[in-house]
Amino acid sequence: MTLKRMLNTPPVAVTLYFVIVGSIAWVAYTGAQQMGYNWQWYQVPQYIYTFTDDGFQAGEILTGLWATIVLSVTCFALATLMGLCVALLRLSSLVVGKGVAIGYLEFVRNIPLLVLLYLFYYVLGPIFGLDRWTAAVLTLSVFHSALISEIFRAGINSVAVGQWEAAASIGMSRAQAYRYIILPQSIRFMLPPLTGEIVHLIKSSAIVSVIAVAELTTVGRNIISDTYMSFEIWFTIALAYLVLTLILSFGVSMLERRFTTET
Amino acid sequence: MTQTPVIVADAIGKSFGDFAALTDVSLSVHQSERVVVCGPSGSGKSTLIRCFNGLENHDAGTLTVDGVALSQDAPEIRQLRQDVGMVFQQFNLFPHLTVLENLMIGPLKVRKLDRAAAEATARKYLERVRIPEQADKRPAQLSGGQQQRVAIARALCMEPRVMLFDEPTSALDPEMIGEVLDVMVELAQTGMTMVVVTHEMGFARKVADRMVFMEAGRIVEISPPDTFFTAPQTDRARVFLDQILEH
Repeated sequence: MTLKRMLNTPPVAVTLYFVIVGSIAWVAYTGAQQMGYNWQWYQVPQYIYTFTDDGFQAGEILTGLWATIVLSVTCFALATLMGLCVALLRLSSLVVGKGVAIGYLEFVRNIPLLVLLYLFYYVLGPIFGLDRWTAAVLTLSVFHSALISEIFRAGINSVAVGQWEAAASIGMSRAQAYRYIILPQSIRFMLPPLTGEIVHLIKSSAIVSVIAVAELTTVGRNIISDTYMSFEIWFTIALAYLVLTLILSFGVSMLERRFTTET
Repeated sequence: MTQTPVIVADAIGKSFGDFAALTDVSLSVHQSERVVVCGPSGSGKSTLIRCFNGLENHDAGTLTVDGVALSQDAPEIRQLRQDVGMVFQQFNLFPHLTVLENLMIGPLKVRKLDRAAAEATARKYLERVRIPEQADKRPAQLSGGQQQRVAIARALCMEPRVMLFDEPTSALDPEMIGEVLDVMVELAQTGMTMVVVTHEMGFARKVADRMVFMEAGRIVEISPPDTFFTAPQTDRARVFLDQILEH
């Protein structure tokens, strides 16, 4: 494979990379020029932050980003808790528990997220008096708890059977075995997929903008409807999500390294 | 041996699907008695001693251990397991805990001892198995022989009345078998009631009060070691002994 080897030599690979990325950027830029798009990048910073006599003022985008972080953290905490319960039910010896867990999983996993959101906001909302924020939190938590419960289940199952037997042989109950022996060992199996899941959650949290919960995507839509700067704002919003998820992935990969060296 | 036996198995059976792992097995083990169970692989030895602490549930006959009739009743089995120590072929140490923590977790969380008492117990038994200097290491940093000795100490920390050994030296390199057997011989000398599944016939000769020979899920012969090794009463035991002793 001489062609493959040639393409993989550093100078060729780097040049090729910049040619591809450059041409995509160029096509986008000329396309925008041709439609006579009026770039107003200088307008963007004020929506991120302003610096006045009162000092630093967070702009709408930063406030929205913060709301996205709060929403994601809340939902992730709830989803983890619910996911753990569902996984434990599924792995229990109770027939009813298993049945309930499987029913829940199949129901949640096989409905589009958007429909689930509408169910919570337009159906359960009026019945139980849920506001937008609560409906959004519940939707995201429920949806991701199903995915997280599968991560827990796989993590728990990857601990050797002998560990259960050893725990049982010193008289531990099932709950004690989970708490002291099984879960601490499954964490290192679960950490990588859980990172993936929180990144997934941050991204899917954008969907709650359809019920106008004031988070990053909603803020973007609002600014655009005032200013018509759709290119600049969507680029900025995308960048904000990207920075958030990249920082998170990096942080967790550091954490993972610590866990693997420890065991 | 006038006391009631610690373990009484009366005609117990156990099947895995269509496969009968145990058929009509009756055996009593008395206080301070050492019973060695041997037999070809697949003969049901491991299944038998796993029944003794409820890791397998027998499905026929009755089994009484330490006065408790074993059934699927969880709390009683859990209580019983505190008094019946078990050592596994694959050690099954807790890899995320240090050696000391491995020994302390049972006394702390199950026996509800305070930390100082649990640590004192742990250090005492670590001394007994002759590896006090390894207390702060993780199991993965120890050799197989050391790991198995930690596993024995972990079981002893619960102060059990009976110790079950499920092929404790089968997963070890030959040069490490001796150190584990030494610890077991010493344990036998303290008067511990022991049921040992093993192929180590030297060990059996030294400590066993009775030999139990199993084949195809049944007990074929129960004899004192003198008789068993010199004049086995069944042909099958003789064939088995020839096979494992001839080289």
